[in-house]
Formats: sequence, C-alpha cells, structure tokens
Amino acid sequence: MAIELSGKTYETDEEGYLVNLADWNDELASEMAKADGAVLEDNHWEVINFLRDYYEEYQIAPAVRVLTKAVGKKLGKDKGTSKYLYELFPYGPAKQACKYAGLPKPTGCV
Amino acid sequence: MATKKFLYVNRKAPHGSIYALESLEVVLIAAAFEQDVSLAFVDDGVYQLLQNQDTGKLGSKNFSPTYKALGDYDVSKIYVDQESLEQRGLNKQDLMPLVYEDEDDDWAEKDSIHVVSSTELAEIIEQQDVILNF
Amino acid sequence: MSVLHIVNKSPYDRNSLHTCLRLAQPDSAILLIEDGIYASIKNAAASESVQQALNSHQIYALQPDLEARGIDPERMIAGISLIDYDGFVKLTTDYDKSQSWL
Repeated sequence: MAIELSGKTYETDEEGYLVNLADWNDELASEMAKADGAVLEDNHWEVINFLRDYYEEYQIAPAVRVLTKAVGKKLGKDKGTSKYLYELFPYGPAKQACKYAGLPKPTGCV
Repeated sequence: MATKKFLYVNRKAPHGSIYALESLEVVLIAAAFEQDVSLAFVDDGVYQLLQNQDTGKLGSKNFSPTYKALGDYDVSKIYVDQESLEQRGLNKQDLMPLVYEDEDDDWAEKDSIHVVSSTELAEIIEQQDVILNF
Repeated sequence: MSVLHIVNKSPYDRNSLHTCLRLAQPDSAILLIEDGIYASIKNAAASESVQQALNSHQIYALQPDLEARGIDPERMIAGISLIDYDGFVKLTTDYDKSQSWL
C-alpha cells in the first residue's frame, strides 16, 4: 500500500504503517489522520512527538501500558491515563498514535 | 489472568543470529501482559548487554538500546552469569546500565542487573514456572 | 601468498577457531569476522591460544563487526590488526585462497 501526498509516494504496510521511518513528516501524519476522519491538534502532536522521541531512544514503540505511564511522567499526571489517551486516539493510543508518528506497530500491542 | 514466573535464558551473541532480537521481542510481549518476567544471560548471551554497540556499518537494526526500555516494562530482574563474564574477559562495568523505578520505594531508580554465581542462578532456575530458551 | 583463514564464530560457542588454529600453516593469515571477533578480547579464556597464534600468523579483525558488538579496540589483544571492508577485499585478493571455518 502507499499514500500519495504532494506529488510523492510513501510506502506503507497492509495496515497503513509507514515502511520507512525516515519518510515521516507532519503533513504525512495529518494525512494519515484525515483518512481515519481525525484532525490532529496540539494534544495529539504532544503524544506523537513523545512517541517519536521514545522510538529514537529505545528503538521500539512502547506498549500502551508503558506509554500511559511514560506520558504521565513526561507530560503530566492528568495526561497519563488511558482515558485521556483513548479520547485522543480512539482506535487505541499505542496503535493509532504510532501509525501517525510513522513508527512500526508496537510489539505486543493490543 | 494468573501471573506466572517466566524466565528467559539467553545464551547467544547478539548479531550473529536472530535469537537475541527474537527473545527481546517475546520478553516485551510477555511483560506487556504483566507476567512476572526474569531474564538470564549466560554463555555468549552476556555479549547482548555490552555497552556502545553500533551496527551502523552492518546496515542492520541496532536493537541494543531496547534493553534500556525493559525497566519501563517492569522487567527488573536481569541476572548475568558471573562465570560467563569472566570467561570472556568482561565485567559488570562493560554492560549497559539497566535500571527500573521501584514502585514500593517512592519510585527510586534501582539497578536491574544482578551478576550472579552458578549457585544463585541454579536456584533462580528452580523457582520458575516457565523457562524459555533463546 | 598462502591461505587466508576466515573465522566467523565465537570461540565460546563453536570450535571453529580452535580447529582453524590447529590446522593453519605458519605462514597463513587469520581473519576474525562477525562473532569471530569475540576471540580478539584480551584477558579471556581464548586469549592465550590467540596470543600464541600471533607468533606464527598475522591476525586481522573486521572493525565494523567489533563496532557492532561494542568491543573497544583497547580491549583487543595487542598485535591483532583492525581492517575495514576494503581491507577485507584486499586480503582475499592478496592470498591465494580463502578458507572459511563456518
């Protein structure tokens, strides 16, 4: 599969995850969200950027439980809840946010 | 879900085969399901934890930073066989520092790596419900 | 020149290095690659036999494989030469044939 955007083609896997991490940009993230009927706002970007930093450091996308805990620590206790993250990313915070962040599907993700 | 004690025994060097990476992925999956996970590094498996691994020139994925995420997954029992280290001319200082935050001690950061004797490791193996080998 | 012996297995996992050292002629060279580079670490169980082999063989180790495995050149037994991929290619052409102890 692929995403066509601004005259460029970005390769994705069968579930819509970006194949090459380096292809990622803001515009592409917004386009992926649009396809799911979502509009990315500051709160979304905060989590997406957090995920990209996490991947950069550890070379994995964190499982949802780990993400929740880590977001709470980094972005504040009120945001480190699965309720908050599910409201932002109703298809599953780890899964959906990782997709927009251009990361592979999280290991052991539910 | 009932919690079981899982021990993952790692005995292969990190980049010569797929075992180390596969083990790490399975460990992360088990830990995401909140099982009681311990890791043992024995024989060439101790090489997996060496600091400063850089696979850039090999063109393969460098998964060694992922061991540092184990603490986030509440994997805090990492046992390294003393005899295997010595045989290879290595010591604890050659290994990546791996830490976790202790929930029961005001989230104090603690060392996950325990260098253990043969006797200690033998006991750890005895205590497990499930042992998986890589 | 004679034979270039290539060892790509850890001396603690397989007997490839051991057999190579037993069967290599004095004027042949030994190249450690992949997990074979673990044999280059000093103060280890395999160090003595490698040290001894240095008396009669040139021993090389592939630098990108050391780097991937986090082995600092300072940890290596003195006398082992580090080479890069170009050096690897040159060695295989400098010697009449290569013997890979898989």
